[in-house]
Amino acid sequence: MREETLEWHQIGADDAVPRLGARVVETAQGRVAVFRDGTGAVRAIDDACPHRGGPLSEGIVAGTEVSCPLHGMCISLIDGRAIEPDEGEVRVHPVRVVGGVIHLGLVPGARRAAGACSAVREAR
Amino acid sequence: MSARPRLVFVGNGMAGTRALEELLELAPERYDVTVFGDEPHPAYNRILLSPLLAGEASEQEIIVHDRAWYEAHGVRLVSGCRVVAIDRGRRVAVADDGAETPFDRLVLATGASPIMLDIPGRELRGVVSFRSLRDVATMVEHARDGGRAVVIGGGLLGLEAAWGLLRRGMTVTVVHLLDQILERQLDRTASALLQRRLEAEGIAFRMEAETQAILGADRVTGARFSDGSTVGADLVVMAIGIRPNVALARGSSLPCERGVLVNDVMQTYDPRIYALGECVEHRGRTFGLVAPLFDQARVVANQLAEDGYFAYREQPMATRLKVTGIDTLSVGELSATPGAEEIVLSDASRGVYKKVVVREGKITGVVLFGDASDGGYFLDLMRDGVDVTPFRGELLLGRGFVEGAPAAGGEGARLLAAADETRICDCNGVCKATIVATIRAKGLTTLDAVKRHTKAGASCGACSPKVEALLEAVAGAAVERPAVAPMCGCTDLGHDEVRAAITSAGLDRIDAVMTALDWRTPDGCSRCRPALNYYLVCAFPDRPVDDPRSRVVNERVHANIQKDGTYSVVPRMFGGLTTAAELRAIADVVDKYAIPTVKVTGGQRVDLLGVKKEDLPAVWADLGRAGMVSGHAYGKALRTVKTCVGSEWCRYGVQDSTALGVALERMCWGAWAPHKVKLAVSGCPRNCAEATIKDFGVVAIDEGWELHVGGNGGIKVRATDVLCRVATAEAVMEHCGAFLQLYREEARYLERTAHWVERVGIELVRARVVEDAGGRATLHARFLASQAHAQVDPWAERAAGHDAHEFAPLARLADEPWAAE
Repeated sequence: MREETLEWHQIGADDAVPRLGARVVETAQGRVAVFRDGTGAVRAIDDACPHRGGPLSEGIVAGTEVSCPLHGMCISLIDGRAIEPDEGEVRVHPVRVVGGVIHLGLVPGARRAAGACSAVREAR
Repeated sequence: MSARPRLVFVGNGMAGTRALEELLELAPERYDVTVFGDEPHPAYNRILLSPLLAGEASEQEIIVHDRAWYEAHGVRLVSGCRVVAIDRGRRVAVADDGAETPFDRLVLATGASPIMLDIPGRELRGVVSFRSLRDVATMVEHARDGGRAVVIGGGLLGLEAAWGLLRRGMTVTVVHLLDQILERQLDRTASALLQRRLEAEGIAFRMEAETQAILGADRVTGARFSDGSTVGADLVVMAIGIRPNVALARGSSLPCERGVLVNDVMQTYDPRIYALGECVEHRGRTFGLVAPLFDQARVVANQLAEDGYFAYREQPMATRLKVTGIDTLSVGELSATPGAEEIVLSDASRGVYKKVVVREGKITGVVLFGDASDGGYFLDLMRDGVDVTPFRGELLLGRGFVEGAPAAGGEGARLLAAADETRICDCNGVCKATIVATIRAKGLTTLDAVKRHTKAGASCGACSPKVEALLEAVAGAAVERPAVAPMCGCTDLGHDEVRAAITSAGLDRIDAVMTALDWRTPDGCSRCRPALNYYLVCAFPDRPVDDPRSRVVNERVHANIQKDGTYSVVPRMFGGLTTAAELRAIADVVDKYAIPTVKVTGGQRVDLLGVKKEDLPAVWADLGRAGMVSGHAYGKALRTVKTCVGSEWCRYGVQDSTALGVALERMCWGAWAPHKVKLAVSGCPRNCAEATIKDFGVVAIDEGWELHVGGNGGIKVRATDVLCRVATAEAVMEHCGAFLQLYREEARYLERTAHWVERVGIELVRARVVEDAGGRATLHARFLASQAHAQVDPWAERAAGHDAHEFAPLARLADEPWAAE
């Protein structure tokens, strides 16, 4: 992913995401889960578990991993990959904090993330 | 005159006697009992007539109870006396001597009579049935001089009679209408084997022969068949079947078909009159074997004792031929009909034949000849509905081989030998081959690792024993089994050790626990954090220890996440009671927020499904305005108290179960626990609230309440253990609070009361909650103290803005479809 192709969006104040907590940003590409991991870093991944599309933003965060609330698959917040022995991957979105504001980088026109939650919402 | 209700038994056979025994066991003093028996003897064990005839048992041995037994139990026995009428209007039983015996309850156990062929000569001396002690005496008398016997009927009874007479020295011919003996119990192959075997012992058979007349002037001299042929005989035994004795019932206007019609609790049309045994017809079936009679006796006794828990269900019953040295057993389907298949083992020279009928992997029938030693095993597999596919190769070799099979042995070997696609974990759909391949490929040595890699056993856990057995079979000695199961991968300590450290060192923060106990990970994981959080909430109810980020999503947002990411909302209805105002508010909420599904739950609540997360606070606010609070249907917490209507409305109710249920729920709501907790209160022993599968169940009895604990209606149904009986509602409340607090303080996180009670033993629970009055009061006081802090409605807090960030997105980015919705 090349930096110059990204569109940066201001999504909220730095302190709006507590440590080991998460918030959701609704985007044209689907829901993005924004976490603050155990190290204090802000991370963003698609809010849909590669297993059954569970909302990762509702999972329990420990260290740099989140476990999906539906069936417990663990996903790395750093590279979006499922923790061994599980398999699967979600998109990771770049994040930067500038002047106390979190910016989320999205690739314009990228595909929407698949996932149970977004699928249902589209159906309505 | 006695003030006790009067109970009359009509019939003193095996069924009636067993019902009486069971009743005396349950409620020895409840009734003033009179027993009528039309045979002159006290009760005897009719199934032992065959051994008696064969000279393998004495008359003394087959008597069930002598007169002294009846006297000792205060039961009036009237033997050699027939009841000829039951006046249901006046509630009196009329005996053949005209004597009237009044009753409040009556049990009909009139049995059955042998069917006698209506042919010339049936009244001759030397023609008998095989039914009573008198018949046996007649047969023994004839056999004394040797001579020839003809047994009409090649069924169980006929063959047993033939065997006995043969053993007594007679020359025996069995006459059978069909071309196959024991056709209702055996398949053709086994029948033929049995016939050959009996012929070798000396019994002659005349198959497909219809007896037309019995010959003789006043004594039997022979029998003539429809083809004109005759056979000489000094004794003719008719053993062609039995017919229920329904004359008395019919004469009393009780509906009868072939037998006296009874419902599932063995009641006739007249609720005061029960019937059981060979005289009844239950769901179109009549009965001749002893096992269902005993089951029915249990039901009747239970009903008469007014415990009322049991109903009669017909079980698959094995039949055995009681002929010494010839083993046969059969049950269920004898031959495969379309959709089923047969697995057969046939060893002619050993005289062994075994057949199992299998339908969709499950045993539906068994026929054994020559070796019935595994009959019980097959019957268990059949009754339990076990899928035998994994070990069908060894099945017919019997339990010893299946379970004691090679090397590692037991279930593991059985599973290892099973087909690759054999499903082990039904939740996550993991088959045997996947598990075995993963264990081998990754060199796994712990159950935990197998669960993580394959997901087998990682959901409900019911298949964990199978997964562990497979691991043992594959990895053998390499399997590691820690002495204490650690909480999770972050520590080697078990739940109990961690908990002890929390309370003894007063550690009241999750990070403090992890530091003090050398956790391997900085933030723990999704397994240990919710457990630690619960332990802190339980240990320090008055301190702000609750960490939302260590709660699973449902408990953090106070609603149940559904598979599509929406939530369900279940408002509390104390004791299952609601009002028009509440229902109106619920209906309005459903309309206002376009909630797609409304469902009534098993715990007597209303479930609103498909609520969008961002709507939750507004939904709660609306429900709260109508006075409703969270039902905690999402939590490891007190869920529901289910009740029946009890004495306030129900004609059977003996206590006010609804009011007690409401009081219990008012006391208990809001309590967090190691796992979900469900209560129920039934207003009488009919137990309509199903209290005996609840964590804490209360069943009203005449003199108070019976308390039950440790029930579960989930994956594996577990009926409760009886804790004790108490007299007052206040005592119920105290026992309940004490029990819940003991569970909260001592069970491990995610351990239901059923598992906890099984682990620590009901005796410990009784010792702490029942026998130790001081301890009980202390536990109860601690529960109430904790509740003072716990009973804050989480919905009201959030409707008022608490945790608002949980329910709204951080941002909706412009120029995208979400914002436009």
